[in-house]
Amino acid sequence: MERKTNSEDYLRMYTQMVRIRAFEDQANQLYLSAKMPGLTHMYSGEEAVAVGICTALTDADRITSTHRGHGHCVAKGADFRQMFCELLGKEEGYCRGKGGSMHIADQSHGNLGANAIVGGSMGIATGSALRAKLQDSDDVTVCFFGDGATAQGLWYEVMNMAALWHLPVIYACENNGYSEYTATEEIAAGSIVGRAEAFGIESFQVDGQDVLAVNELAERLVARCRKGEGPFFIELKTYRYHGHHVGDINRDYYRSKEEETIWKEKRDPIVNFGQWLAKQGVASDTELEKIRAEVKAEAEAAVEYALAASYPDVSEVSMHVYAPNDAA
Amino acid sequence: MREITLSKAVNEAIAEEMRRDGAVFLIGEDVAEAGTPFKVLSGLVEEFGTDRVIDTPISEPGFMGLAVGAALTGSRPIVDLMFGDFLFLIMDQLCNQAAKACYMSGGKLSVPLVVRTNLGATRRSAAQHSQSLQALVAHIPGLKVALPSSAYEAKGLMKTAIRDNNPVVIFEDKLMYNDKAPVPEEEYLIPFGQANILREGSDITLVATSSMVQVCQKAAEILAAEGISAEVIDPRTIVPLDEETILKSVRKTSRAIVVDEGHQSYGVTAEIASRISEKAFYHLDGPVIRMGAMDVPVPFSPALEDITVPAPEGVAENARRLIRGEMFHAA
Repeated sequence: MERKTNSEDYLRMYTQMVRIRAFEDQANQLYLSAKMPGLTHMYSGEEAVAVGICTALTDADRITSTHRGHGHCVAKGADFRQMFCELLGKEEGYCRGKGGSMHIADQSHGNLGANAIVGGSMGIATGSALRAKLQDSDDVTVCFFGDGATAQGLWYEVMNMAALWHLPVIYACENNGYSEYTATEEIAAGSIVGRAEAFGIESFQVDGQDVLAVNELAERLVARCRKGEGPFFIELKTYRYHGHHVGDINRDYYRSKEEETIWKEKRDPIVNFGQWLAKQGVASDTELEKIRAEVKAEAEAAVEYALAASYPDVSEVSMHVYAPNDAA
Repeated sequence: MREITLSKAVNEAIAEEMRRDGAVFLIGEDVAEAGTPFKVLSGLVEEFGTDRVIDTPISEPGFMGLAVGAALTGSRPIVDLMFGDFLFLIMDQLCNQAAKACYMSGGKLSVPLVVRTNLGATRRSAAQHSQSLQALVAHIPGLKVALPSSAYEAKGLMKTAIRDNNPVVIFEDKLMYNDKAPVPEEEYLIPFGQANILREGSDITLVATSSMVQVCQKAAEILAAEGISAEVIDPRTIVPLDEETILKSVRKTSRAIVVDEGHQSYGVTAEIASRISEKAFYHLDGPVIRMGAMDVPVPFSPALEDITVPAPEGVAENARRLIRGEMFHAA
């Protein structure tokens, strides 16, 4: 019985990783074919981080996300159609087209939103955890951010308070090795883990390409957060396959093609997990191929839907500046 | 009616709202046992405990960020920002996060929080503890801005601010904390966007905010003694702004001076003056005059500091010149 439950969990994680990759492949195509307004930041390569962690969460648990946020959004349960509609500025998007790629929020699944200010959501995540504590709720908040955001002072202020007040928040640092167009070792002195440890926060490092390792750690820390043992810090070593954003094509000056090839060919989280699943007899190559094909078809259909969807009426431009107040 | 200080009025407003709604909490530096340096919050921690009156480290961006996150997920925080000057420290959390969450999410998210802070010079506190920065936040769509001008106003506006589903910045005049005014025992709220006509008049309209309301009241008395009838209007909130009450007054008096303690250039006075000029131009007998703080950092020396802020005689003198027509032909 246990074996079967695990199999379902494994296949769900595999499918979610495949969904993120498929979403990003389509988003990249939308950019390259000039069908998408603006830019976007690809999550491809980092799927095991978002999926490993979000699989440990319920809809009542909150996350805050980043400019590279599609992965977190999908992993937390978002719908392709509404996401693509948002990327294209359409009325049926998660934010009615007002947020775009960098601001998708999905309240119903506990996603408090992506954030276009690097490190900008660290206070929000910690505040969500403060609210949980004040209201005696056992939900947990995960704050996703990149290695670049560890250079923001806000993090140190909120970690201090989270540690002082034992807040149920997990700081998840996706260390993809690059802070925009600069190698992380050029911008980060000392140890990143050591910074969280300095506040007395129990800290962990995990291979961000290994979805099982990420999920096992996340399940443990989420359970401990629910018991009031938070906060925690996790550094997840990972890699982004694309540039800082979709327009960052010629990046030889900061990152070699050889390095990219090694990560893509040897460390791919989806390929490696798929091989493990086949080896364990959880699913055959054919079954995995079927999952990938179905997800691809779903993503393509969602793109077609979003391309045909309507833009918001121009009257919406001045709507939602303020939330309504209840009639007195 | 009983008279209480502005400080006590703010304290009562917060206590009443915290009793009414368990989601309301206070967060900031030395808000609990210390009750803030101005002692405005004294006694609240004894009633509500340290869970709801939360002392923080000296980390303004940090606790402002926490408040945004708490507000996004069901709490209604009141952020105590010890000095208005510290707004510069919390700008990202207030203006990029709190102010925009509702809009960027297409109305799905809301951020019901209050930032209570202060304004006002002439306290000999020099340039980093004396600024009146209401124009700064009024510029950002998504924020509401309240400027109480008395104990009565402070209580009613604070209660409305706490019940509002949006981020509200409320500025108290730190020189007014000990000023008493009649405040009813019974509960009342003052709605946002409804200006208060403090004094009716027919010759000139004085639009004044916060600390400048007293200044304009005194100017109106000086003018009355000379036979000039001034109308004094307190907008109470500059976002939303009750444009109609101001325009109606100016259409009647044909003259207007706008007075606010923020720096004059690019300030609250400029905005209100320009709306009057745009929308009541053909009713005007002269230019709309702005009077704000001088465009200098607030100096420490009393000999210098006092001249940086509009005073009653200066307002009265501008009114006289407007009425004599001296400003009409000014180059």
